[in-house]
Amino acid sequence: MDWRRVLINPVMDKEFRLRMRTSRSAVTVFAYVLVMGLLAMGIIYVMMSSGAGLSGRIDPSTSRVMFYALSIAQLVLIAFMTPALTAGVISGEREKQTLNMLLTTQQSSSTIILSKLVSSLSFMTLVILATLPVYSIAFLYGGVAPKQLIFVFLFYLFIMLLLGSLGVLFSTLFKRTIVAVIMTYGVGLVIFLLTGIIYLLAMGVVQANYYAAGTVTAPDYSWVGFILGLNPAGALISIFEPSFSDSVFLTRWSSQQAGAPIQLWQQFLLVYSVVIVLALWLAIRYIRPVRRTRVKKRLQTDWEPQEQEQEQEQEHEHGRQRNKQ
Amino acid sequence: MIEIRNLTKTYGGFEALKSVNISISKGTVFGFVGPNGAGKSTTMSILATLLLPTSGTASVGGFEVTEQPHEVRKRIGYMPDFFGVYDQFRTTEYLHFYGASYGIPRPDREKLIPQLLDLVNLSDKRDAYVDSLSRGMKQRLCLARCLVHDPDVLILDEPASGLDPRARIEMREILKELKLMGKTIIISSHILPELAEMVDEIGVIEHGEMVAQGKVADIQNRLRVKRVLHIRVMDRGDELAAMLRDERHVSQVLSDETGVHVHFGGGDAEQAQLLNKVIGAGYGVVSFHEAQTNLEDVFLEITKGGAADGLA
Repeated sequence: MDWRRVLINPVMDKEFRLRMRTSRSAVTVFAYVLVMGLLAMGIIYVMMSSGAGLSGRIDPSTSRVMFYALSIAQLVLIAFMTPALTAGVISGEREKQTLNMLLTTQQSSSTIILSKLVSSLSFMTLVILATLPVYSIAFLYGGVAPKQLIFVFLFYLFIMLLLGSLGVLFSTLFKRTIVAVIMTYGVGLVIFLLTGIIYLLAMGVVQANYYAAGTVTAPDYSWVGFILGLNPAGALISIFEPSFSDSVFLTRWSSQQAGAPIQLWQQFLLVYSVVIVLALWLAIRYIRPVRRTRVKKRLQTDWEPQEQEQEQEQEHEHGRQRNKQ
Repeated sequence: MIEIRNLTKTYGGFEALKSVNISISKGTVFGFVGPNGAGKSTTMSILATLLLPTSGTASVGGFEVTEQPHEVRKRIGYMPDFFGVYDQFRTTEYLHFYGASYGIPRPDREKLIPQLLDLVNLSDKRDAYVDSLSRGMKQRLCLARCLVHDPDVLILDEPASGLDPRARIEMREILKELKLMGKTIIISSHILPELAEMVDEIGVIEHGEMVAQGKVADIQNRLRVKRVLHIRVMDRGDELAAMLRDERHVSQVLSDETGVHVHFGGGDAEQAQLLNKVIGAGYGVVSFHEAQTNLEDVFLEITKGGAADGLA
């Protein structure tokens, strides 16, 4: 069996070739590793000058803090990079006027969507793997288990899959790449920032209520912890420190009796797996206006905004005018 | 091969296609003409499974475009009026990609691609990056792409738009070869005179409605009721023009340095009588002939000149 043919379909082959032929890809990897390297150096500098290094050595616990800081920084970088890489995969083809020709080939909608997602994420994985030497600085000082590093990288993969699926969905739904990119960043911002802020506010309110009531019989934990389970940073920290999940559900810091109903990262994976599947399903449905059966066709005509088609027609006319000029 | 029945497409309140009916038999070259925004591209997009019709049906090779789009795609080669190319690909890689996308095994593609490049006169550009090709070359490469899976039907939306005269002639020669290969071709174009010699049938669409359809000769004959006669006389041209204005069947008379041009509604017998009358009046007739109506005249006549901008 020709495994290359099974694993790499024409669309994926095209995406890999074209992506690696531009100097932009090499520059991206270089810039990314450079930023991570500078961050690592910065962290070491801060530690050395803030007392940890005064004794002339960095102990394992300090090294662990450095690992956490690097991991969180990497998470933020991924949140910036992934939408930029994925939110243009379909709309970019539309803007380059190559999409229609691709859609009239025998490649299925799911092949097109998934291949484009996989190729983008493969590049992103390459970027992340290129930062491994930076992590080795943390390993140099000890205090971090390789298992933790593997978990963190698997978590990154999941985050990339999440943001990538959303990027591909918006890229399919919106005609312009810029709109798709903004939408993906917008949703990313909600996931990364808003969930954290809402958790802090909600926790503040809940705690204030209990303390105001002045009772000692208040429940030990609150549902607001679930909000932080939607936040990637919360989930990542819960991978580093399993006890973190317990603490975010607590309303009374003094009490340690009640455990978390679910680890934050577990909740994160569960909830966002559904989001990923839904986003990809919608992207596959909407990339082609004409699908196989009448039932699907009816659904599509009910849902799809007709303005979009009208815009397409107008764009068509604009293209004609440009061409004439 | 292509059957379109009561095809309607509306965008909000705007009717882009109004109950269009077209039937094209196997091996026919169908010229689809009409001004910009008349509905040509919409019809072709529906046939290419890229757009859903609001109502009506369209089928290619017996397969309904909305029911079995996968089967339709196997049978069509679609060339949009505006298209992009993957610039970082070499010419052969570009064709390999589309060949693979149609499920053609690599060994077959290795044999097929040189033949295709030869057909579109791009053999010497096999290793060139697509980016480096001229517009005409890209257009021909796109045509080769349409042929990569040997489709029965070619849907070509203005394949010669934006090309210089030489590139247009090259494109026309390739299309003639495709016609000889027995492909059913539906082609829209603004360059009507160039289409005339290769199309078997034409369909004229305006404001989303088919206004004329049939064999080129039939349509031209139908329009001959309004033939234009060119008369050149030795002298007294203006006098002759004044005389002819009062004649029966004459709707319009124009006179210039090339002669007198008469829009004539009569048949052959009336035309002969008119010639006798002119000679009888003592004019020295140098030539008396009927102007050839070409496809462009047909188009202008049918669309009542309102589409003249579409001929640019």
